[in-house]
Amino acid sequence: MEGSKIGIWFFIGLLLTLYGVLIVAAGTVEWVTGNYAATVQLTHLHASIWWGGVLLALGLFYMIRFRPVAGRK
Amino acid sequence: MFGMVPAAVSTGTLSSVPALLAFSALPLAHLRPLDIAVIAIYFGMVIWIGFYLKGQSNTGEEFFMAGREMTAWIAGLSFVSANLGSLELMGWAGSAYQYGILATHWYWIGAIPAMLFLGLVMMPFYYVCKTHSVPGYLKLRFGEHARVVAAISFATEMILMSGVNMFAMAVVMKVVLGWNITFSIVVSSVAVALYVGLGGLRSAIFNEVLQFILIWGGALLVPILGLVQAGGWTGLKAKILTNLHSDSYFHLWRDTGHFASNPMGVQWTGIVFGLGFVISFGYWTTDFLVVQRVLAAHDLRAARMAPVIGSFFKMATPFIVILPGLLGLVLLQNPDGSRRQLVGEDIVHACAVSGSADVLDNAAACRAAMDQTTLPEAYQEKVLSGAQGTELHSYNEALPLMMVRYLGPGLLGLGITALIAGFMSGMAGNVSAFSTVWTYDIYRALIKKNASDSHYVMVGRLSILIGVAVSIGAAYLVMHALGIMDYVQALFSIFVAPLLGTILLGMFWKRATAPAGFLGLLGGIIFSAGLFVWVKLNPAKLAVVALSDAAKPMAENVYRALWAFLFTVIIIVGVSMFTRPKRIEELNGLVYGATVLPKEEPVPFYKSELFWALIVMIIFAALNIIFW
Repeated sequence: MEGSKIGIWFFIGLLLTLYGVLIVAAGTVEWVTGNYAATVQLTHLHASIWWGGVLLALGLFYMIRFRPVAGRK
Repeated sequence: MFGMVPAAVSTGTLSSVPALLAFSALPLAHLRPLDIAVIAIYFGMVIWIGFYLKGQSNTGEEFFMAGREMTAWIAGLSFVSANLGSLELMGWAGSAYQYGILATHWYWIGAIPAMLFLGLVMMPFYYVCKTHSVPGYLKLRFGEHARVVAAISFATEMILMSGVNMFAMAVVMKVVLGWNITFSIVVSSVAVALYVGLGGLRSAIFNEVLQFILIWGGALLVPILGLVQAGGWTGLKAKILTNLHSDSYFHLWRDTGHFASNPMGVQWTGIVFGLGFVISFGYWTTDFLVVQRVLAAHDLRAARMAPVIGSFFKMATPFIVILPGLLGLVLLQNPDGSRRQLVGEDIVHACAVSGSADVLDNAAACRAAMDQTTLPEAYQEKVLSGAQGTELHSYNEALPLMMVRYLGPGLLGLGITALIAGFMSGMAGNVSAFSTVWTYDIYRALIKKNASDSHYVMVGRLSILIGVAVSIGAAYLVMHALGIMDYVQALFSIFVAPLLGTILLGMFWKRATAPAGFLGLLGGIIFSAGLFVWVKLNPAKLAVVALSDAAKPMAENVYRALWAFLFTVIIIVGVSMFTRPKRIEELNGLVYGATVLPKEEPVPFYKSELFWALIVMIIFAALNIIFW
């Protein structure tokens, strides 16, 4: 966005990164312990890990690409 | 937000809320601490954005128009996000479960041509005349009277719809999560009031872009995993054919030759002219809620490109809305492993178990309701026994049920956050558009004409707080008098067609006069409201409005809109013939053929809005042919 030090894409990157870390961590714990939610289907696909990974990668990309830089509007 | 309201109205999404409220014994999902953390982080983020942007929203131009410095991408995503409400997501997923991909018409022909028309044809006039709002354009074109009619009707609609949506959201949260209704209303409305009140339109737009990403991030996984389990698109079709013995679920147009030949009870003329033209163009090109987002673009090219960008995402939305509904048809299961069949809200309501004992509230009503379903007899008996695990679920619960089926800890929190984000983006759209129209088109026009800019910003901030408070009042009013909901929902469909007729003639016909614009708009609204009341009082008259005995309520909105549009056009043309038009030089910046558009710098073809609009049209045509 023009006219502000922190753009919306940075906020989005930050949020996706946080979510990515949390979801990947939860998925990893599930995989390691084998303790899956009983009502959830297709747990063998480990969606938390790869979907969380996608969120994390996107989040990091946006955070780095649109990081606040002093003097940049 | 409720999205293009006819969708929610037609599917009965909102009107089903009373039944949902009655059936809320067991929540669909149980959130774990990680899910709660995901939701809490979202709330923290949106409020932080509001505080961060407060310092950049000091002047009227900054607060109400976001400084007119949004890029095409931000304006485009905000434009489509303001429409992508959770009620719409859940309602259309339920419609897809009932009707198949016929429901996709509301995303494709009911949106794409109008979005492109706004960007390529209408936006130059809105943008060049530097109006703050759609009623503001009417003031410039047709004078104060037309502006006041449009502003008052729009402001009323926004605030009431915000209340209805707030209540509906709270009910959905109660059904899905078991949350207290007052808790949901207070938390969501305080968050929206904070971030929009602090940061104005800029904050609303920022959060809408964020919410758009979350909606996709939270909802996209469901159809992906569903397709994996169903064996891809081919497997899904085979399973539906095996279980339901009909291929109508996969055809957009083939069965629309007659009202009776498709389950929606609509005919192709209604879809093309009523939905594809009047309702769609009315919503996407004249509803200030969405147009305001594009007016915030930093230059004319960005303003023209924004709806084109939005149209790509609108065209893709059926993947996260329609597909989960179709997948739910064959993948949802009862606790005993049999295929779960969702039913109408009336059936759910008839078979409710509200007490702690497993006894139906009204066994006779449930037995009568069972006769209307195609549920297997053995399962009907289980339902009639009131035993645990045999609860019925409605069509509108298709999407949350699919989320619960596939999303584990954290991911479920993200999915629920997507639903909450949808509600909040709609509510923020309502109150930010209300604030602008109230301040510029009602307060400044009728109450205090010559105050300072800072005074109007203060009025804008206050109007957001008051608007949210009135919305909360409307939410509780609806809760205690549920019949009001039908009338509130009808407001959009009553106003939209006359407004479209007035703006189209104003923008493309130099001869249209100020008295004609005012009388056409007012007369069209009265005519449209009259048709609504007529059918409400005498449902048999639906056959007259929709031109067929086989028409279903879904057809009423599209045909009423069509007649109201034609009525408005006839009045404007007729009155214009007997009144004096404005001089041509007064129409510069307002009317096609009388406006000198600013010259735009040439750009490579791949940066041209015309090129991308052409791509959209090719994909749009291809999709309609593929799913014919």
